[in-house]
Amino acid sequence: MSSSPVRNTKVMNRFDLTSRLVAKLKHEEAVIGGIGNTNFDLWAAGHRPQNFYMLGSMGLAFPIALGVALAQPDRRIFALEGDGSLLMQLGSLSTIATLKPKNLTMVVMDNGIYQITGAQPTPGAAVADIVAIAVASGLTNSSWAADEDDFERLIEQSMSTTGPTLIGVRIDDKPGTGTTRRDPVQIRERFMHGMGVREPL
Amino acid sequence: MAVAEEKTSPEKSWHAIVLQTLKRNDIRLVPYVPDRVLTPLIKNLHADPYFTTFATAREEEAVGIVSGAWMGGMRSAVLMQTSGFATLANVLASLAVPYQIPLIMFVSERGTLGEFNYGQSLVCRTMRPVLDSLAMEHHTATRIDEFEFIVDRSIKQAVTTQAPVALILSPLLTGGKVFDK
Repeated sequence: MSSSPVRNTKVMNRFDLTSRLVAKLKHEEAVIGGIGNTNFDLWAAGHRPQNFYMLGSMGLAFPIALGVALAQPDRRIFALEGDGSLLMQLGSLSTIATLKPKNLTMVVMDNGIYQITGAQPTPGAAVADIVAIAVASGLTNSSWAADEDDFERLIEQSMSTTGPTLIGVRIDDKPGTGTTRRDPVQIRERFMHGMGVREPL
Repeated sequence: MAVAEEKTSPEKSWHAIVLQTLKRNDIRLVPYVPDRVLTPLIKNLHADPYFTTFATAREEEAVGIVSGAWMGGMRSAVLMQTSGFATLANVLASLAVPYQIPLIMFVSERGTLGEFNYGQSLVCRTMRPVLDSLAMEHHTATRIDEFEFIVDRSIKQAVTTQAPVALILSPLLTGGKVFDK
């Protein structure tokens, strides 16, 4: 008896989807890139001052994005996270569902593996459905993207919904396309400029 | 009447000092993982519309939230217990310290001065070595007459130096948690 979840979703590519998202951003939307490949591909899609790149603290892309969303309710905040990272911080989904930020869109890049450490399967790979977990955590506006067009449609739809949105995407096992410059103070300072909190020196 | 009130509350409570000092320093966002000792503070934060306060599932989640809020221009503080602090070494070393986030933490100290749970007393001993190993500012508040000074100055220093701080609330200050409670 197999307990594998049924996923009638196309296997897509992280860099391609990230590029499609970034191409849609016209209003200085914030994007929080999770640890590893997720922020490498965000960097490779073209640096923007409104991008924040995580160099550690695995699992905290959604909590960091929630903090930005609470501080700046008039700005749209996107967060990109891997499935392995999210498994470390599933409780954050309930926190976000409780606070209901209207300006937060979460994307889970699900390849079922810890690609960057040697492609070992995650504990949830064969059994867990991230979108079902999100729905059960209270994020009722959560869905799998069927393909690239559906992903773009869900992203656009999230920009006008009144509550948080989570979009699950199945991705291939490719590594990240670029490598973020690992300068945490510069990353944070640029992001604060991008958020309008700081003036450039 | 006024005399009777004075007798029952001869000085401000530690939790009233925290609440008022947070307010004075424009700290509006206070996520927490609860603790018995912190209960009156948490209750009063919820009752005050100035604050956005809520429980998180883990302490490092709260640290992520306040880091994002700081970068978005909102000041925050996190409340937790000693055992919760013990889960934070990774996020302190990979987010708060290297990104220079003024993370303000109030840690209700368990594990000393009358602890009844051996595990709590052991986890308490890991707290200051972790703070010291990252060269993080920390103070243990034991006296009510010094408390407002410590809290106010520590918040201002965290913000101006862009560095995290841990304010450890000793049972000498709060009364702590004892076996019969």
